Amino acid sequence: MTTAQIAALVAVMAIVTFLTRALPFLLFGRGGEPPKVVLYLGRFLPPAVIAMLIVYCYRNVSFAAVGDWAPAFIAGGAVVALHLWKKNNMLSIVGGTILYMVLVQAVF
Amino acid sequence: MNRKSLAAAFPHTVPVLMGYLSIGIVFGWMLSAAGFHTVWSGIMSLTIYAGSGQYLGVELLANASPLADAAFLTLVLNFRHLVYGLSMLEKFQGMGWRKLYMIFSLTDETYALLAGVSAPEGVDEKDFYFSIALLDHLYWIAGSVIGAVAGALITINTEGIDFAMTALFLVIAVEQWQSNERHAPVFLGAAGTLACLLTFGPEGGRFLIPALVILVAGLLLMRPNLEKPEMLPKGGELE
Repeated sequence: MTTAQIAALVAVMAIVTFLTRALPFLLFGRGGEPPKVVLYLGRFLPPAVIAMLIVYCYRNVSFAAVGDWAPAFIAGGAVVALHLWKKNNMLSIVGGTILYMVLVQAVF
Repeated sequence: MNRKSLAAAFPHTVPVLMGYLSIGIVFGWMLSAAGFHTVWSGIMSLTIYAGSGQYLGVELLANASPLADAAFLTLVLNFRHLVYGLSMLEKFQGMGWRKLYMIFSLTDETYALLAGVSAPEGVDEKDFYFSIALLDHLYWIAGSVIGAVAGALITINTEGIDFAMTALFLVIAVEQWQSNERHAPVFLGAAGTLACLLTFGPEGGRFLIPALVILVAGLLLMRPNLEKPEMLPKGGELE
């Protein structure tokens, strides 16, 4: 990628991120009460979207051989178990990632 | 903002300092491992300033994704920010030019801090909020630059480090699961997305567009069920 291409991608991400943060202020900043349906989606859409993004993360996993899918699912299970156990973001993320790296590099 | 408000804000931000340094280091390291110059790590953390967004950003950059795909995925990922802004409308009133920065820097962690703290005696409330937001941002930038430098200097085999993004989303999912009583949206999200993945294939992540439509439509259909008053805690009222 050229520097310009990288800069363009970063700029798009920055602008869109800012817009999602600014949107409620732009729409409802003048004292108007947000519609109930917006509040409803605001409450229940995020868990659905995170589930969607987890599927997205696993989208390229192949089931052709054990070594193709086992690392991602073992490490994923470990992240969930670690987090249920210790509730420490850092431990869950770094622990799960190191386990995954070991699995893809040395085990499978 | 002055030294007094920074000093008052700092103790409140220590948990974020720990969290942002570590998550930021992993981000920077991933970006270096994907072959991008250290400078980009700092620029992304300065201008985008979103944990999961930047993890996703590493992947978008590594795949040289089209701008439209990047815009769509960032939008989907950051949808939850809509709720944060709604509850900060009053808090940010009368902050002048700093309001723009407060909106820009409204990450999950800063939101959680701002929602829970109040300024100590003798410290201006607005200065205090601004100090919290600024300190958190600095921690994030520091973490990502440290990680990027480390990733550039330490040459270990980093194959698989991109799994950190999956791990981050799984952690968020566990936390949402524990704080919500209704889990139907999670199953809807997983099943709807899986169906679209199997139908449209994984290329470019475009299956997320129909998936998002299904999620919103499904949630709207489920609204009478999800908003049933008996599911609220005792004595609770509909917002």
